[in-house]
Amino acid sequence: MLVLGVIASAVGIALALTINWFPTQASTQAADIDHLFNVLLVVSIPVFVGVEVVVLFCVWKFRMRPGEELKDGVPIHGNTRVEVVWTAVPAMLLVGLCTYAYVVLHRIEKPLPNSMVVNVTGEQFAWTFEYPAQGAGGKAVTSDVLYLPKDRPVQFRVRSADVIHDFWVPDFRMKIDAVPGLTTKYRVTPTRLGRYAVVCAELCGLGHAAMRQNAYVVTPVAFKTWMAKQAGAAGPAPAGGGAKTPAGGDLAARGRQVFTQSASPTCGACHTLADAGTTATTGPNLGQVLKGKNAAFIRQSILQPNAQIAKGYGPNIMPPNFGSTLSKQDIDALVAYLEKVAAK
Amino acid sequence: MAARLRAPGWYRGAWTFALGIGFAYGLTILLRSLLGADPVLDGNAVLTVALIAAPLFFLVGFGGFDYWFYWAAGKPTRPEDHSGHGAQSWKDYFRINTDHKVIGIQYTVTSFFFLLVGGMLAMLIRAELAAPGSQFVDADTYNGLFSVHASILIFLFIIPVFAGLANFVLPLMIGAPDMAFPRLNALSYWLLPIAGLMMIASFFAPGGSFSSGWTAYAPLSTDLPIGQTFFTVAVQFAGASSVLTALNFLVTIITMRAPGMSFWRMPLLVWANFSTSLLVVIATPFIAASQFFVLLDRSLGFNFFQTGLAAGNNGDVLMYQHVFWFYSHPAVYIMMLPGFGIISEILAVKARKPIFGYRMMAFSLLAIVVLGFTVWAHHMFVSGMQSWIRIPMMITTAIIAVPTGIKVFSWLATLWRGVLHLDTPMLFALGFLTMFTLGGISGVMLAIIPITIHVSDTYFIVAHIHYVLFGGSLFTIFAGVYYWFPKMTGRMYDETLGKLHFWLTFVGFNMTFGPMHIIGLQGMPRRVSDYAEKFAGWNLFISISSFVVGLSTLVFVYNMISSWRGGARAGANPWRALTLEWQVSSPPPVFNFDAVPTVVGGPYEYGIPGAVHGIFKTPAEAKPAGTVATRPTSE
Repeated sequence: MLVLGVIASAVGIALALTINWFPTQASTQAADIDHLFNVLLVVSIPVFVGVEVVVLFCVWKFRMRPGEELKDGVPIHGNTRVEVVWTAVPAMLLVGLCTYAYVVLHRIEKPLPNSMVVNVTGEQFAWTFEYPAQGAGGKAVTSDVLYLPKDRPVQFRVRSADVIHDFWVPDFRMKIDAVPGLTTKYRVTPTRLGRYAVVCAELCGLGHAAMRQNAYVVTPVAFKTWMAKQAGAAGPAPAGGGAKTPAGGDLAARGRQVFTQSASPTCGACHTLADAGTTATTGPNLGQVLKGKNAAFIRQSILQPNAQIAKGYGPNIMPPNFGSTLSKQDIDALVAYLEKVAAK
Repeated sequence: MAARLRAPGWYRGAWTFALGIGFAYGLTILLRSLLGADPVLDGNAVLTVALIAAPLFFLVGFGGFDYWFYWAAGKPTRPEDHSGHGAQSWKDYFRINTDHKVIGIQYTVTSFFFLLVGGMLAMLIRAELAAPGSQFVDADTYNGLFSVHASILIFLFIIPVFAGLANFVLPLMIGAPDMAFPRLNALSYWLLPIAGLMMIASFFAPGGSFSSGWTAYAPLSTDLPIGQTFFTVAVQFAGASSVLTALNFLVTIITMRAPGMSFWRMPLLVWANFSTSLLVVIATPFIAASQFFVLLDRSLGFNFFQTGLAAGNNGDVLMYQHVFWFYSHPAVYIMMLPGFGIISEILAVKARKPIFGYRMMAFSLLAIVVLGFTVWAHHMFVSGMQSWIRIPMMITTAIIAVPTGIKVFSWLATLWRGVLHLDTPMLFALGFLTMFTLGGISGVMLAIIPITIHVSDTYFIVAHIHYVLFGGSLFTIFAGVYYWFPKMTGRMYDETLGKLHFWLTFVGFNMTFGPMHIIGLQGMPRRVSDYAEKFAGWNLFISISSFVVGLSTLVFVYNMISSWRGGARAGANPWRALTLEWQVSSPPPVFNFDAVPTVVGGPYEYGIPGAVHGIFKTPAEAKPAGTVATRPTSE
């Protein structure tokens, strides 16, 4: 039975470690927490498998056979040595795990120099992100999209304007409640470029399920560009800027404006395009990848970014929702503009 | 007719209920006109007062307080003719009845009715979650569905069904003719359906049912429409019922044990209910307080939880959570310890062996009671409370796994070298053992703060709580109901249907709640009606599996009803058990024992030739047989 238990535990551990339990690791915290979880799995599985093996073995070996209806078991009342062992061993194991957990907790929460502060405010049913003293003349920059530079520690200071919310980016692993009347905080260091979901994890009323926004981890250069643009603008650029289009402007000119200003986030926040004067590197350089492409390809790349992915870039980085955040006219204009650039 | 309207019962209850509503109108109009409030008649204010007053007026009319009123007023109390004792027809189950066996069945049947209601709500939840997006219900209704689902299954099923089973079995087990306070027992039962109906009725309240979860966190709960008040008040009724029953159990266990039944000769079910009752009596006032805070904030504008410095409010939102969890963590053990007792009874009888390490089993129950009060803030690791308190809470939470582990290992050792009768109660007991171990392991993971930071408020939590409360508590409840069904009804249940019920439940349960661990770790938050596309596959699988669980319940219901009506007659002791409840007829006589039993040995001396637990002779006659006890006993 012992052999059986050991084999079953080994198989269980091997199986459990091959399963990819977690979403993308996008922060240093994620790596630490995932490792801790794997350690817990390795410790837990023999316990679970052990219980199962004993139960199944007893069912197989000691089940009542025909003719044993009136037979009784062996009257064993206890065994002090065994009882001491199964009290002491789990206790020591648990204390050990707690110690390890404390070390991990200390590491993921320890304050770091050079942290960037972002004030996060939750309200029914949206998040607002404020970057203090980043704007012109030390003014704060606010945004409804969370932009973070890669590899720089960021300290979130979380507040609530109404009821309790919970600020969570699953790919970063960390979360904390936004509590009315308190400022709560945590720190992460993003380590991977990409787009991630910002999720409200605490029931906050009617729109709780829809309280989702985007977080982008971009290169420090792209972050600087984005910040400069935000600081210049009077406020966050409104989505679908069709109304702001200069009257009588030709389609491609309007498309250029969508590219640099109206889209949220703007195309230029991630893409380099010489014609539009943008230099960001989160996404591919459109001057190169669009060369010679037709309108249909460009349209598909805007509306379904994962359909064809440029070499060297991962999926799910570009927001898939431009089809809904931009008006049809804006998309037509954008396609016309990019087609013109691609043909150059 | 006039006599009927004056005598305790449904007719008098009906007009006093109407009187209660009138009282609510009168009181609110009077107070609002004195305070100069405009308008004088406010629907929400009337409803709030009526929710509290009308049920109390009904209980007075129904006869719940008659004896005490007569006594307090100095009137001659009617001599006890035991007319309110025992049941001759089904009608006797629908009135104030002081027989613990009738009350036990009232409790159990009522609780199972609410299990079906809560299960139906779960089916609606899973139907909505079968695909992303919104299909059957809007977001607000969805929030109401899971809130009422959890509240009903916690406050109206798991907690009271254990009280019901123990109500029937416990006095029999300790050799008592009834509970210590039969009239209080009757009153505490009738508080229960009131709480349950109030929770269901909230769906008809203007603005929909309460939708802040069973946790009702402020300030969300103080901002919601009037449906929330239904929860706030219903919890007071359910809580009062729990406390009164627990007091009754404590006094019964301490003072009414048969001669010779020392504490160390009590069956472990009695130990378990003793421990549970301690938890209930100490902890339940805290949830009552937390809901009174919410009620006062909602209806009278107290500023317990209102923040916002601009408005000059300086409420404390975290206080709610501390007070709430100071009850609601021990509540997890209130929902588990009686189940531990049931499992100990069944494993010993069905493995034909003494319980391994009887005293450690009893001590571990008491250890859980004490430790259970030191872990509440592990529900608040991401709540924003001061961070150092998380460390001691993590350690105590992990350590509570030690007494729980002792129990699991002792049960395993009880199986060892036994003769295992693998019938329905035993299958549910073994199913409990395996599923609860899994719930315990994910519980230890949740004690580890960095893991909880990621998985709190996700489906990992949903999976964990269902492994503990469904795979844990509900399996013990099914085991207990099958085990004592012959004693309660005098009939045998259908073994084939029982086994079918077990396997459907066991497989369906694991397919439903197992994958929730994965989607939780992957980042799906709980309490959402809509979710990201990447969780769609697992959610469809979970929904289909949950309907298997729903179906299995129908098998159970059919088995119970048809066996109760026409099952084979059960003998006094079909399981050849030693404990006292099996030494009387099935169902037992109205006053339980014709002769007071004398306890002469431990409750689980299986395998020892000639061992007896209790004998029905006078203590003097019983003396010589006392040598059977194999372990030294002391009080």
